[in-house]
Amino acid sequence: MRNFNEYCKLKKGLAAYPIACAMAGLITMSQVFAGDFPTAAVNTTGLAVTDSTVKVGILHSATGTMAISETGSIQAEKLAIAQINELGGILGRKIEVIQEDGASDWPTFAEKSKKLLENDKVAAVFGCWTSASRKAALPVFEKDNGLLFYPTFYEGLEQSKNVFYTGQEATQQILAGLDWIAKEKKAKTYYLIGSDYIWPRTSMKIARKHIEQHLGGKVVGEEYIALGDTQFGSVINKIKLKKPDVIYAAVVGGSNVAWFKQLNAAGLNAKKQSMLTISVTEDEVLGIGGENLEGFYSAMKYFQSLKNANNDKFVADFKKAYGEASVIGDVTQAAYLGPWLWKAAVERAGSFDVDKAVVALPGYELMTAPEGYVKVDPNHHLLSKLRIGKWLKNGQAEVVYESGLIQPDPFPKGYQ
Amino acid sequence: MNELSEKVLGGKQGALHLAILAVLLLVILPLCLDLFRLGLIGKYVTYAFVAISLVLLWGNGGILSLGQGMFFGLGGYCMAMFLKLEASDPISTKIQTTPGLPDFMDWNQIVELPWFWEPFKSLPLTLLLVLVVPVLLAFIIGMAMFTRRVGGVYFSIITQAIALILSILIVGQQGYTGGVNGITDLKTLSGWDIRTDSAKYCLYFMNAGLLILCIMLSRFILTSKFGMLLLAMRDKEERVRFSGYDVARFKIFIFCVAAMISAIGGAMFTLQIGFMSPSFVGIVPSIEMVIFAAVGGRMSLIGAVYGTLLVNFGKTIFSETYPELWLFLMGGLFIAVVMFFPDGLAGIYEKYAPHCSFSMLRARWLKKVPKVTGERQ
Repeated sequence: MRNFNEYCKLKKGLAAYPIACAMAGLITMSQVFAGDFPTAAVNTTGLAVTDSTVKVGILHSATGTMAISETGSIQAEKLAIAQINELGGILGRKIEVIQEDGASDWPTFAEKSKKLLENDKVAAVFGCWTSASRKAALPVFEKDNGLLFYPTFYEGLEQSKNVFYTGQEATQQILAGLDWIAKEKKAKTYYLIGSDYIWPRTSMKIARKHIEQHLGGKVVGEEYIALGDTQFGSVINKIKLKKPDVIYAAVVGGSNVAWFKQLNAAGLNAKKQSMLTISVTEDEVLGIGGENLEGFYSAMKYFQSLKNANNDKFVADFKKAYGEASVIGDVTQAAYLGPWLWKAAVERAGSFDVDKAVVALPGYELMTAPEGYVKVDPNHHLLSKLRIGKWLKNGQAEVVYESGLIQPDPFPKGYQ
Repeated sequence: MNELSEKVLGGKQGALHLAILAVLLLVILPLCLDLFRLGLIGKYVTYAFVAISLVLLWGNGGILSLGQGMFFGLGGYCMAMFLKLEASDPISTKIQTTPGLPDFMDWNQIVELPWFWEPFKSLPLTLLLVLVVPVLLAFIIGMAMFTRRVGGVYFSIITQAIALILSILIVGQQGYTGGVNGITDLKTLSGWDIRTDSAKYCLYFMNAGLLILCIMLSRFILTSKFGMLLLAMRDKEERVRFSGYDVARFKIFIFCVAAMISAIGGAMFTLQIGFMSPSFVGIVPSIEMVIFAAVGGRMSLIGAVYGTLLVNFGKTIFSETYPELWLFLMGGLFIAVVMFFPDGLAGIYEKYAPHCSFSMLRARWLKKVPKVTGERQ
């Protein structure tokens, strides 16, 4: 902040203008010239910054099982970068993208992170999707002092100097959603079901504590199914037997299709059974089919159907770039925030140096986020709202509830 | 002495090829490449351990194991467990409910270190287990299969199934194994920080040196009488059996040796890359490793190393250049090799470069200067 103010003082005539515009993200012409920021001054650590360009990395799975989920993130990040370039880039420098393929393989993520940071010297990386890929890449970012913007909602229990988490950590997604459904459905009994890996397990741990300690409810069942498993017969029988008020689900990936279809086949549709899921976004609904989901709820921070000016523009731009049929899920929106937040960090720091950018970003308020307003917390996560969406036949969600801004808390006390 | 060196190095030509490989790995590549690329080569070299184990087992023994990844993975996991315990000291894990445990155990509500993690507190014991655990598994599988005369494609399918079972077990028991994330965030080996540049160089040379040693060990096995029997068993198993040899025992032995060599690669992988995950244990990596050996030439120990380097190098270059197309290019490469060069790189070399061989040169030189005496016949 201080650096930017100093810069503004130097350019007296424009003192208030750039700051207001940067905050609003509305600079329509390039007001910042690279010459005002000599490369030697804005890049003291040997990053790939020239007088006219700066290199960044995009690291997602373009191939393999995760490609279907991660493609939306790649598209959103490229869209944001293209838009920033249209506005004149960052500190007068156009952003050049080096895209690498993580190939749905966690060690490859580590290898490619290393390549981006050590060989290409990129100033920032937008990427990783699954927790496993982030865990594999994290030591590389910490060792090489890189900067990663990670878009996915995840289990928390992590906070790194070198990472900004633009998705929700577990408590942001879970607590308010459970509060809402407990009130809305007067729910007393809950059935927890998730895929068997760290994110659902940690999420369910937090959910169980919240249900038992704060909502006075009871967990009548907790099940985990292997990743990619498609046999839900026995789980559905147990659910029929226990008759829970609410099913709380964190089933991921391809299993979702089988899960919802088999639920419907067993007669457990939304008329008879309430369900709140934390793992279904518009992207998954494409595969599951709106008719199988109709009436069930998802807890997310973003839905494509959100009504506000930022989102209208974002949806229009996205469809213009990638086709009318494309859909935007929660993570896609969070990925879109990454480049904008990085721009803010660099401009506030007046430098591409990771150490300076990292310190400059906390406290920043992004007014142009499609989800509305977000603020960067000192713990590198975002303050954001939680929305409950009720799924419609056409694959879109109707937002039925919106919380206040929720403080991120990656290491929740009393929930561990 | 002469005879031993003949056996270990595989004659003068073998020695020449080995020396070229050693110079390439130990001198040329470290001088030409920056640390990042050298680190990649180091990673490929760990796969080369598996490829040479497959040359022993498949090329010479006729036993196609589609589950070598599990031995690579077990060796890697043993090493990773030691490193993880060292990284999870109570101070750096004080944020957890139970400090002093690996982080993934804490997430899974495990409050006490499981019994089978106990041995991995000691480095000598870990180094021993890196070799013993995979060999023990190979021994059990070998006993169950070979004494019942299960062979050929049935054996391949069963090894594949066991590899799948093992990877499901590791993913499923995440409280004990780290699940699908694997064992990550490894830092030091007995206080020695393995993430520093000097450590990376050191590990690279250690790794390449071990590979050369393993090639020499394999060569020793193949040039011995046992190696002859191995070939005989591959070509006419019944005849060897009728000649009075216990075929099953030989097969179990070579299967265990192959497992051990793969495990060394796995352990070196963990040390160099800094983590281990179930994605190296399952079917896909196991089959990929067979491809490495096939591209290099399944009969040639040194060819397999070049094959591994070439395929992985191609993988990296293609995926960096064409992030969305590279899988097709790799597929094309494999099809081309199988269609046009069924004996792999080594086959191409044998076919087109016999005149350059050391013995040929010597023979020509001998012709020109006929009156040289004292040459060994």
